[in-house]
Amino acid sequence: MAKKVARSSQKPRREEVSATTPAQLAAVSVCARHGNRPDELLEIFHEMQHELGFIPEETLPVIATALNRSRAEIYGVLTFYHDFKRHPVGKHIVKICRAEACQSMGTDALCAHAEQSLNTPLGGTTADGSVTIEQVFCLGNCALSPAIMVGERLYGKVDAHRFDEIIAGLNKEAAE
Amino acid sequence: MITVFVPRDAAALSVGADEVATAIASEAKKRKTEVRIVRNGSRGMLYLEPLVEVETAQGRVAYGPVTAKDVAGLFEAGFLEGKSHALGHGLTEEIPYFKNQERLTFARCGITDPLSIEDYRKYGGFEGLTKALAMKPIDIVTEVTTSGLRGRGGAGFPTGIKWKTVHDLKAPQKYVACNADEGDSGTFADRMLMEGDPFCLIEGMTIAGVAGGANKGYIYVRSEYPHSVHVLREAIEVARKANWLGDNIQGSGYSFDLYVRMGAGAYICGEETSMLESLEGKRGLVRYKPPIPAIEGLFGKPTIINNVMSFAAVPIILAKGGEFYKNYGVGRSRGTLAFQLAGNIKRGGLVEKAFGVTTRQLVEDWGGGTASGRPVRAAQIGGPLGAYIPVSKFDVPMDYEEFAKADAMVGHGGVVVFDDTVDMAKQARFAMEFCAIESCGKCTPCRIGSIRGVEVIDKIIADIDRDKNIALLEDLCVTMTDGSLCAMGGLTPFPVMSALKGFPDDFHKPAPNKFLDAAE
Ligand SMILES: Cc1cc2nc3c(=O)[nH]c(=O)nc-3n(C[C@H](O)[C@H](O)[C@H](O)COP(=O)(O)O)c2cc1C
Ligand code: SF4
Ligand code: FES
Repeated sequence: MAKKVARSSQKPRREEVSATTPAQLAAVSVCARHGNRPDELLEIFHEMQHELGFIPEETLPVIATALNRSRAEIYGVLTFYHDFKRHPVGKHIVKICRAEACQSMGTDALCAHAEQSLNTPLGGTTADGSVTIEQVFCLGNCALSPAIMVGERLYGKVDAHRFDEIIAGLNKEAAE
Repeated sequence: MITVFVPRDAAALSVGADEVATAIASEAKKRKTEVRIVRNGSRGMLYLEPLVEVETAQGRVAYGPVTAKDVAGLFEAGFLEGKSHALGHGLTEEIPYFKNQERLTFARCGITDPLSIEDYRKYGGFEGLTKALAMKPIDIVTEVTTSGLRGRGGAGFPTGIKWKTVHDLKAPQKYVACNADEGDSGTFADRMLMEGDPFCLIEGMTIAGVAGGANKGYIYVRSEYPHSVHVLREAIEVARKANWLGDNIQGSGYSFDLYVRMGAGAYICGEETSMLESLEGKRGLVRYKPPIPAIEGLFGKPTIINNVMSFAAVPIILAKGGEFYKNYGVGRSRGTLAFQLAGNIKRGGLVEKAFGVTTRQLVEDWGGGTASGRPVRAAQIGGPLGAYIPVSKFDVPMDYEEFAKADAMVGHGGVVVFDDTVDMAKQARFAMEFCAIESCGKCTPCRIGSIRGVEVIDKIIADIDRDKNIALLEDLCVTMTDGSLCAMGGLTPFPVMSALKGFPDDFHKPAPNKFLDAAE
């Protein structure tokens, strides 16, 4: 039986977690590259996502240990920001702008086309795992609406036809 | 050797500028002609992007919008000598869209190579900072106060007063933080400046550092702007090497350094205290005020927070004097604003003009009406929290106070145009939906109110107890306005009510069938 500890004297204790899985090891080295500084948590998540495609649940305790923060805090940050993915996503992330300027140029129709042609709702991934489509609000390309972004690449004046071409280009890239 | 300019601005890239640059290089090689290709920022005539310019004895000659396919034909027509072509527009600076602007903040953008300090200095760069380095910090603050500069991020708070607060505090560590979250739909001025003239932002922030007594600055850039992040990081490196950042800047005894931080897709992180939380690596929950960030800001230290455009206006204010800047504008809105023409508009782009210009001038004279060719019905000004204004209000001059009187908001200067096919009830619904998605969740009127707002508007559209629900919506808007902690929940009623009041017909249409079915 565990030893009983008087409530009042019990300090919140942080469990030290050491890394074992490859994802955890990656997390440890990303944190180290950022000097284990808690204020760099967003940068750490960005970098991990870049390396692993998403932020696996199992990395959260080791990040918490590295940054000397509670697991709840790390989890809270992860879930607050739209960018961070907690589950695997498609090879390419296609962000479609749904904000007002793009609405005025028919982004609703573009979204419907994307959902239909890729056979997945916004936020979902194609069956072959190649493309995830998601909504974003403004890509700063509002004079050339509708706008989409694939990875770091921005596209303007995207109609259904151009959308199909861009997606075809991605699949071709993958085939090569 | 002939110099050809092909922008590296993200908007230009989005319509093929890289492909055009590659095509020009390979066509030149094929023709054994030597050309020097400079990747400049954008001139702001985004409807002409990719806008290719050729340097000639008469000045720079513009061609656009150029696609890779047009390149061979341009060579054939002799564009390297500035000869005419179907895509030609003559001298860039004579194009009325450009010529009729008053470019102070954007004086260099699109002209220079954004990463060349030589270019920057050739066009007046670092003159403001050089002066500032020789001034007493309080005199810098006074100069900014004299200019009448007000925050360009939306709220329009006098910049000089903010700087004075930080200046007057005694603290071992202070910070400068730049708000480059630019989340408003219809805005891209911050992005254009960061990509087209990054040293201008660096210079403005350094002047703020000297004035406020801060030796460290952060630029919080939204993750939707990867190009801006890259350009800024490179520019900071270049500036450090040339000792325009770092220790003992130009032997002045002042030290200042800058760091870029990337956001992660949260609109609320544009609210300054949410941005501070995010910069500290936390959830972007809005902080209670007081204390104001000038007193307890980043890591609890006094912090000057300004928008990109506010900082970028400072170098010219210091170089030419506060009086010079103040001479532009009207009423209490001094200087220029970089208006952004967006949405359903024929000639979208950036128009820097003194305050006092009207929406009609911007939308008609510069913008040329809608892209669809249909009549203009409304414009949303000042981002997703800004009002929708009907054409009947297009003659109100752009002026913080005049706009407020007309129940509208200048904000960050974005003008999003809609044609007559727009359904304003749908736009009102979106305003609530956006608030529900982007609310930080700290207070109830915003977090829950926005979700209720969507539901109520759905009922109005579906013609379920319409009058009762319209009254309910108005009531909800009052609660959100009065009861929200920040302007996210506090201003969302603005676009909603402006749609309801300005375009009542759209809330009284026969119910579409699918909504009836869904509401059963
Ligand atoms: C929901 C919300 C979003 C905001 N987004 C931005 C933004 O993207 N960029 C910005 O500069 N200011 C934004 N602001 C305004 C900032 O809170 C703050 O007023 C501004 O950064 C101060 O700088 P300025 O005085 O130079 O305008 C936002 C405010 C709110 C309430
Ligand atoms: S109004 Fe909305 S965004 Fe602002 S503090 Fe409240 S919940 Fe957060
Ligand atoms: S609204 Fe779509 S890019 Fe700005």
